[in-house]
Amino acid sequence: MSDLYQLEISQLQKGFADKSFTSVELMRSVIERTESVEGRINAFIDRDIESALQQAEAADERRSKGQSLGPLDGIPVGIKDILAVKDQPLRCASKMLDSYISPYDATCIENLKNSGAIIWGRLNMDEFAMGSSTENSAYGVTANPWNLDCIPGGSSGGSAASVAAGETIVSIGTDTGGSIRQPAALCGVVGMKPTYGLISRYGLVAFASSLDQVGPFSRTVKDSALLLESLVSHDPKDSTSLKREKESYSQVLDSPLRKLTLGIPKEFFSEGLDPEVKEIVTSAIEWYRTQGHSIVEISLPHSELCVPVYYIIATAEASSNLARFDGVRYSHRSKEAENMLELFSNSRGEGFGAEVKRRIMLGTYVLSSGYYDAYYLRAQKVRSLIRGDFEQAFDQVDAILTPTTPTPAFNRGEKSDDPLSMYLSDIFTISVNLAGLPALSVPVGFTKNQLPVGMQVIGRAFGEADILGIAHAFERSHSYYQMRPSL
Amino acid sequence: MKYEAVIGLEIHVQLKTKSKMFSSAPYEYGKSPNTLTDAVVLGLPGTLPVLNYEAIEKCAQLGLMLGCSIAKVCKWDRKNYFYPDSPKNYQLTQNEEPLCLGGSVEIEMPGSSRNIEGEHRWVQLNRIHLEEDPGKLTHTAFDSLIDFNRAGVPLAEIVTEPDLFSSEEAVAFLNALRNLIIYAGISDCDMEKGQMRCDANVSLRLKGSDALGTRTEMKNLNSISNVKSAIEYEIKRQAKVLDSGESVVQETRRWDATKNASYSLRSKEEAHDYRYFPDPDLLPVEMDRDRVEVLKEELPERPFDRQRRYQKEFSLPYTITSVLCANRELSDFFESTLGLFDAPKAIANYITNDLLRELSAHSKEGDSALNITDTKMKPELLAELVEVVESGLISKQIAKEVFTEMFLNGKSPKSIIEEKGLSQSNDSGEIEALCLEAIASNPKAVSQFLDGNTKAINALKGPVMKATKGKANPAMLDELLQKLIQKGQ
Repeated sequence: MSDLYQLEISQLQKGFADKSFTSVELMRSVIERTESVEGRINAFIDRDIESALQQAEAADERRSKGQSLGPLDGIPVGIKDILAVKDQPLRCASKMLDSYISPYDATCIENLKNSGAIIWGRLNMDEFAMGSSTENSAYGVTANPWNLDCIPGGSSGGSAASVAAGETIVSIGTDTGGSIRQPAALCGVVGMKPTYGLISRYGLVAFASSLDQVGPFSRTVKDSALLLESLVSHDPKDSTSLKREKESYSQVLDSPLRKLTLGIPKEFFSEGLDPEVKEIVTSAIEWYRTQGHSIVEISLPHSELCVPVYYIIATAEASSNLARFDGVRYSHRSKEAENMLELFSNSRGEGFGAEVKRRIMLGTYVLSSGYYDAYYLRAQKVRSLIRGDFEQAFDQVDAILTPTTPTPAFNRGEKSDDPLSMYLSDIFTISVNLAGLPALSVPVGFTKNQLPVGMQVIGRAFGEADILGIAHAFERSHSYYQMRPSL
Repeated sequence: MKYEAVIGLEIHVQLKTKSKMFSSAPYEYGKSPNTLTDAVVLGLPGTLPVLNYEAIEKCAQLGLMLGCSIAKVCKWDRKNYFYPDSPKNYQLTQNEEPLCLGGSVEIEMPGSSRNIEGEHRWVQLNRIHLEEDPGKLTHTAFDSLIDFNRAGVPLAEIVTEPDLFSSEEAVAFLNALRNLIIYAGISDCDMEKGQMRCDANVSLRLKGSDALGTRTEMKNLNSISNVKSAIEYEIKRQAKVLDSGESVVQETRRWDATKNASYSLRSKEEAHDYRYFPDPDLLPVEMDRDRVEVLKEELPERPFDRQRRYQKEFSLPYTITSVLCANRELSDFFESTLGLFDAPKAIANYITNDLLRELSAHSKEGDSALNITDTKMKPELLAELVEVVESGLISKQIAKEVFTEMFLNGKSPKSIIEEKGLSQSNDSGEIEALCLEAIASNPKAVSQFLDGNTKAINALKGPVMKATKGKANPAMLDELLQKLIQKGQ
C-alpha cells in the first residue's frame, strides 16, 4: 500500500469505498513519498503535515458515517503559494511576504474544503507568479522530476513538479500567460487554464487581474476534470466571476468523443519550434486524424504580437497590483528607513526580487503620462485583434491544437540571465490568456532525452468539456500518463 | 483692483451609505481607530473590490439634484500614488467616464442687508464622479498613526467650472450646495467631521479679459470660512505677484488656518503622475434608465424653489422664507403643520421665532442646533396651539408660555391650558372691577386719552393684565376701558 500516492482519484475513491485503505493511509503514503524525494525536488515552500493528517482523519470519519462529500473527499490537493488559505503562510515565494499569514480562505480554497479535499502544503513558484522556470523564488529553485538539472517550468513549477513526483495526487496553480500549461508540459502532467471568470479570483494574489486564472494539475485528464468541478463557482466577491450553470466535466469523459474539426494554427509551427517537439506534437495531431476527426490549417495572424502585448498589459496591471506591498501594513518593512519615501523604496527594494522589480518598472513606464497611448492603449487594441483572431477561428473549428512550449525543459540557469528568451518560452500560451479562453496541456510524448512534451488544446469560451474530452481521448489511447520519473 | 478672480471648486462629499463603496464594512464617524475595516478595506493580498450599488444610486441622486446628466455607463479607473493612508496605494476613481456630467447650482448672493433678498445666479458644474476615501493619518512627535475606518467610504467629487468670481460667491455656492445635498438626504455635509471637504482653484486676470490666468490649487479647506479666507489670501498674493511684474507659478498650496496663510506644497513639475488606467477588477456600471427616472421623481423640491413657492402661495416675506427654507426639517415641519391647520403666516412665525429659539436654547453648548426630530415637538401640537390662539382661547402672550411647555414635555396645548388654568378670562365682572381700579389710580392717563392720545389707554391695560396674569381677553379689555372712561365723563 506504500504506492497509494501513485493512484488517480477514481482508484482512490474505489479503495476508500472498498475499505481497502483510508484517507489517512493515503496521506501517510504521500507524506512518505514527499519526505523521500523533496530534498531533490524542492516543490514545497511549506508543509503542514499535522494539519494534512487531521484533514484526512476528518474525511475518514465522514466516510464512516456515510457523509462523504464526493470524489475529492480525502484527496490531497497541493496549493500554489499565491492562493490564500486561512491561518497559513501566503508568501508568493517572495521575501516581501515572508512572515505573512492569511486571515481568510480564497473562494476556490473554500470550495475545495467544502469538497472535503485535504489542503496540502504551499507549493513553490516564481515570485508573485512572474517567471517561466520557478528560478525566481526566494525559497530556492524547484527541480524537474524528469531531469533534476532541468527547470520544471513556471510560474507554477512547484504545482507541476509535485504532481509529477508523486508528492501529491493533484494540485492547483494559476496561469497568467502560461503559468499552468507551460510547467505541466515540461513536467509531463495535465494542466488547465479555464475560461476567464469561471473560477473566482478572490484570494488569488493578483499579478495581472485581467489575465489571472486558477486551474488544476493532475496526472490524468479525468482528475483535472474532477478538480475543476470543485473549483468552479459563481462568487459575489469577484465582480469578474461569471454566473454559469454547473457542468459535470468528468462525466462527459465517459462518453465517446464526437467527430470534431480541429484547427492547427500555422503560426505556431514555424521557426523557433524545437524539431523534436514539432515532430511529437505533429504525430499526436495525426492520431486525431486517424480517429476520424478533421484537421484543418488555420491562421491566427496576430500571434507574433502576443508577447509584446502581454508584457505591456500584464506589467501595467502588476505595477499597480503590487503597489500595496509597501512596508506600511503587513509586508516586509525595511529597518533602514528614515522617512516615508525611504520606508517605501527600501522596503520594496529589499523585499522584491530582480524579475518582479523589472516588471514593475516596465509596467510603471507603459502607464506613464505621455506613454500611455503609445503602449497601454495600443496594446489593448491589439488585444481585441487577438481575441478577434480566435473568434474567427472558432467559426470554423471546435478546438485548436498547438505545442504547449517551443522547447522541452531547459537547464537550470540556462535562460535566467536572458529575460527575453525566458519570456519566449510562453510564446504559445500567452494569446489564450489575452483572449480569455480555456486551454490545457496534455502529455503527448517524450524526447530522446526522456523529457516530456505537451500539446496544448485551446477551446472556445466555456469549452472546458470539449478540450478535456479531446485530451482524454488521446491520453487513454496512449500510455504516457502511466509513465513516472525515476526518482 | 484691476484684476478679476476666477475660481473653480472641487468639493468632496461623503455619501451616507450603509456600507463602504467596495466592501460590506460599515462606516460611522468617531469610532475607535481601525474597528470599521475588513480584508478588502485593508487591501490584504488577494482581496477584490465589489461595488456597493447604493453609492451609485446616491451619487446619481446627487447628480439629478444638481441638474447633471447621468451617464449611460460609468467606469472605474485606478489612480496610482504611494501614500500610507491608501491601503492599496491606488485609489479607485472615475477618471475617464464619470457618473454625472454638467449640471448647475443656483446660488443667492448676499443682499444689501440681511432682510433683503440678494441676486440669484446659476453656477455651472463640470462633472461629479465617485471615488473611495483614503484613511486618516495622525502625526505625533515620533510616530505617524493610520486609521483606516474612513478608508473606502464613498466620496462624490463635485467639480465646478471656473465660474465663481469672488470669495463671497464661493461661500454662497457652498452654502447652496450644502443645502441641496442635505435636502436630498445624500450627506450631512458636516465639514468638521470631514463629510464635506473643499479644494479651491484660483487665478487672476485683468478685468474685461476672457483668458484664464495661471491657477493655483488650494488644499485642506475644511470649513466654509476657511474657503473664504484662503481665496481672499490667494487673490491678494497673486495680485501682488502680478503687480510686481512676475508671473504666478502653477502649484498646489496648503492652507494653514491657524496661521491664516498658505504655503506651497508642490509645483507643477513635482505633480504626481497618477498613471490612470481602467480597473480590471470592476465591471463598467450600466445605469438602468428606468431606475434613474424613478430617482428623479423621488427628488425633493429644491430649497430655492420651495422658497419661491412659499412667497407666492402664502405671501410669506423673504425674512421668513429664507429662514424656513434654509433647513429642510423646518420647512417640512411647516408643511406638515399647515396640512393640519391652514394658517401659514401664524405657523411660519411660530417656527421661525419660537421653535428656533427653543431649539437653540436647548442645544448643548458647542453643538449645532437641535434637530426637531430629537425633541418632543410635533406638527399636531403646533397646529393645535395656532388653533387655540386664533379661536381666542388664549392670548399670543400666553401662547409663548404654552409653547415652551409643549416643546419641553410634548403635552397638547389644550391640556397645558387646562392644567395651568391659562385660558383667557372673559369674566367681564372681574375685569370691570379691575378696570375701574386702574382708571381711578391713573387720572393722568385718562385725561391724556380724552385729549385724543389713544395710546395712553395702554398704561391702563398694564395693571389689569398684571392682575389677571395676562389672561384678560385683550379685545374685551380695550372695549371695557373705553366704555368706562366715556361713562366716567
